[in-house]
Amino acid sequence: MIPATAAERSVPEKRPRARGARGRGPRGRGGGDFGAWFLVLPALLPILVLSVGPIVYGISLAFTDAQSGRTEATEWIGLLNFQDLMRDTLFWESFRIGLVWAVAVTVPQFLLALGLALLLNEELRLRWLARALAIVPWAMPEIVVGIMWRLIYQPDAGILNETLRDLHLGNGHDWLTGLGTALPAVVVVGIWAGMPQTTVALLAGLQNTPRELHEAAAVDGAGAWRRFRTVTWPALRPVALAITALNFIWNFNSFALVYVLTSGGPGGRTRLPMLFAYEEAFRYGQYGYAAAMGCAMVAVISVLLALHLVVRLRGGQERGGEAR
Amino acid sequence: MSPLLTGRKAGTGRKARTGRATHTSPATRTSPATRAAQYAALLGYLVFLAVPFLWLLSTAFKPARELGSLHPTWIPKDPTLENFRQAFDEQPLLDAAWNSFVTAASASVVAVLLATPLAYTIARRRTLLSRLSTAWVVISQAFPFVLLIIPLFLILKELRLIDSRPGLIMVYVVWALPFALWMLVGYVRAVPPELEEAAAVDGAGRLRTLVFVTAPLLAPGIAATALFAFVSAWNEFFFALVLLKSPEKQTLPVVLTHFLGAEGAADLGPLAAAALLATLPSLVLFAFLQRRITSGLLAGAVKS
Repeated sequence: MIPATAAERSVPEKRPRARGARGRGPRGRGGGDFGAWFLVLPALLPILVLSVGPIVYGISLAFTDAQSGRTEATEWIGLLNFQDLMRDTLFWESFRIGLVWAVAVTVPQFLLALGLALLLNEELRLRWLARALAIVPWAMPEIVVGIMWRLIYQPDAGILNETLRDLHLGNGHDWLTGLGTALPAVVVVGIWAGMPQTTVALLAGLQNTPRELHEAAAVDGAGAWRRFRTVTWPALRPVALAITALNFIWNFNSFALVYVLTSGGPGGRTRLPMLFAYEEAFRYGQYGYAAAMGCAMVAVISVLLALHLVVRLRGGQERGGEAR
Repeated sequence: MSPLLTGRKAGTGRKARTGRATHTSPATRTSPATRAAQYAALLGYLVFLAVPFLWLLSTAFKPARELGSLHPTWIPKDPTLENFRQAFDEQPLLDAAWNSFVTAASASVVAVLLATPLAYTIARRRTLLSRLSTAWVVISQAFPFVLLIIPLFLILKELRLIDSRPGLIMVYVVWALPFALWMLVGYVRAVPPELEEAAAVDGAGRLRTLVFVTAPLLAPGIAATALFAFVSAWNEFFFALVLLKSPEKQTLPVVLTHFLGAEGAADLGPLAAAALLATLPSLVLFAFLQRRITSGLLAGAVKS
């Protein structure tokens, strides 16, 4: 949002709008006329009551000793939950796993998706098949994705071990319960599950890149890599940064996939922060403590988001300069 | 966005003169070696994308005997529908599918009804409100669901709406609103305001313009948004897991996990069969809608 506005600022105000362009609405047509509030309130009220409200309530819970099955009233305990959290080695471990997981999924996911998007942007046979297949992970319930990969990772009846046996690369391994292999195994699933959305977003970005620029660069003798760096990437950058940031957040907060694959095991090796908080809240009934975990997660994400925005803003300004 | 736009404009002018043929100009023609590498890479991707799904298919149609074999094969020697029958026997799949359908359909209809007017306002007016709403859409994506579900759980408990369909629908509506809003804002912006202005010049009132000019143009986008909200709710697991306790009320994704016994012991055949069935509706809807959904999500992202 903010970067877009920043980019806008660098555009001369009176730029003639292209005919039939998917223009933004007439600006500054003034607020208050025609029952704007009438249109807006029906959506705004549920948002405020059911989303903003609970989030505020949720944050406030982090400062209380709210528990399930308490008979006496919930009390404010200040920062006590956070102090406990600081000392909770299991939580730190889960936090570390969450960050490792988010990076280990987001980065390869992006690189693979970029590769696939570049391929699909070429005129290749069979690219329709890749596009069709990309729908599958995207449309599937995460639970089914998890179940599907459990079938693959099955120690005896799974295709992974069978393939490895055929290639004489080992004699069966229990991927999801092995201490060393559980996290890598779920990371692969995470990459698989999120790749299509990323590919589709990047592909759309690529198709916004004018082909003519490519050709001009090629005529000037630029090789493929140079064309990618000077033409493709600058155009793709905003989409790429946005999708990577969102992927990182979604991955860090993910739950269902790992819940069904390993439930956080073995020995907590795949216990993502969300799984930990879920158990804390709904298995042990520690609402206040779990809310504090949620707050810690938000804090980390906010810091990362802020960094990301700085990068995006700076990029926007650079490009604004080049454009002139 | 600015270089992108200026670039595109420069390009459009040239295209008009030279026509589409430019893009096979000799300078960008690919060498055979590069082509071969590209096909090899594409093949690798196809295998990576397809294998898990094909294995699910294969497992779903294998008789128990073959599933127990230590040397599993890709194609069932003796394909059977027994797993599907057994899946329906073991778990109330039909009831669960019905629960999922009603919940997802209600949530998606309500969410779209609520979001459309707001999206229209945001897209057409640049007010503080529209900025705040856009900020909320983005921020809401960053919140871990625990921070939302614990308070909602406690509130719904007070209202005695835990373990009830209306409670889950309410939660899904709130959960679907951000992206519904996001997509719809993109779709509204794709409707040229000039059309509305023309109608206004012709003497049509605001409401008439909305109903007879804007709404028809927006209808496909609204439908796509509703279906996307439907699929998302159909697939959703976390909220359903937390909020629904009694087995007869649970939605399909929650019921699917019952096939996984304790300690990972699972009846693979029925598990695969049920998982496959649960996926079919979303796959079919997505196959039809993929283009619209993508353009909607991206339009929201690129144009805000």
